[in-house]
Amino acid sequence: MTLFVFTVLVFVTSLFAGLLGAMTGLGGGVVIVPALVLLFRVDMRYAMGASLVSVIATSSGAAAAYVRDGLSNIRIGMFLEIATTLGALFGAYLATRVSTHSIAIVFGIVLLYSAFASFRGRKKLEAVTKPNPLAVRLKLEGDFPSSESLPSGSMQAGGSAHYSAQRIPLGFGIMFGAGTLSGLLGIGSGAVKVLAMDQAMKLPFKVSTTTSNFMIGVTAAASAGIYLSRGYIDPGIAMPVMLGVLIGSLAGSRLLVRTPVSTLKMVFALVIVALGAEMIYNGVAGRI
Amino acid sequence: MTTYTDRAMESAIGRMLRIGVAISAGTVLIGGLIYLSSAGTAVPDRHHFTREKVVFDSFAGILRGVGSLNAASIIQLGLLLLIATPVIRVVFCVVGFARQRDCLYVTVSAIVLLILLYSLFQYGG
Repeated sequence: MTLFVFTVLVFVTSLFAGLLGAMTGLGGGVVIVPALVLLFRVDMRYAMGASLVSVIATSSGAAAAYVRDGLSNIRIGMFLEIATTLGALFGAYLATRVSTHSIAIVFGIVLLYSAFASFRGRKKLEAVTKPNPLAVRLKLEGDFPSSESLPSGSMQAGGSAHYSAQRIPLGFGIMFGAGTLSGLLGIGSGAVKVLAMDQAMKLPFKVSTTTSNFMIGVTAAASAGIYLSRGYIDPGIAMPVMLGVLIGSLAGSRLLVRTPVSTLKMVFALVIVALGAEMIYNGVAGRI
Repeated sequence: MTTYTDRAMESAIGRMLRIGVAISAGTVLIGGLIYLSSAGTAVPDRHHFTREKVVFDSFAGILRGVGSLNAASIIQLGLLLLIATPVIRVVFCVVGFARQRDCLYVTVSAIVLLILLYSLFQYGG
């Protein structure tokens, strides 16, 4: 395989990873690492470096759509970024100390969990309108401009509902974990960030997903310095992966509205389960 | 209350992020095209990680390489610009919250900025 063919194949694979990642909401980074490692036999660390770079690109590239919606909460995001960036430093430091076998096994478990989590029905949570004292002090509150996703009865005049963050120490702790996974594996770990805000802190789901997207880029940037200094980011691999995932995910978020997602999601989840099992097997067998 | 709303801050950040991604992706693309057009026939070894050979150049080295249209240097410059965008985003927040006279969130954003700079100094230092 020549360098040209290798680069083009990696680009096309990244394009599909970004496209499917955006359409199913599972993210592109989580598939591109096993794809590079298992299909192209790229070293785990170069794959993580390329994925981390693509995660920063998609997070920043998608900002336009999220800003237009006006649902992300800039204060909640910034406050929780203290936890995710510290976690990311810790995770990236761990990544340089731990064997690639163990990283592959953790990666496999995260893949299996993301496939499972994408099918777990979202519990309808009660909107918490009663102000939490710590949330008031830290200004972790906001107004939700539409009535969807909130149960009726919580609406206030003017078509907006107030929300207030709950269980802030728990959310902060989960965010540290999300950052650690991001730095350890070179992924965005958006699913864990949403879990922290949506399930732990009881924020409206749309606020959680849009704020999470804003946070992913800053979290990944905290690992990037350590990845750069250790030589994890190889320009020859990062180039096709970043461009492919970015273009794929921008296209995917446009197609999203017009395509029936359930079948696609099922297929993609099966692919992720297969990749996860393969990563764990190779990690245990010491082949990664 | 001040007139600089959260919404205005988010729009400014959204614009900055889009421009940052466009510039960095464009730079990486130009470097990539040069990289492919001058590519030899052999694929460099990526199956084995070489800790001794750090593949990312120093900032000064990258700038020198860009001057002589070295493909790898142009790609690396694009990647550094990309990594800089979220850092600039946090700077926008420090400034934005300062305009709102929100001391608490100037401090919060400054802490995040320090953590990011600490990480980047690992590379630069």
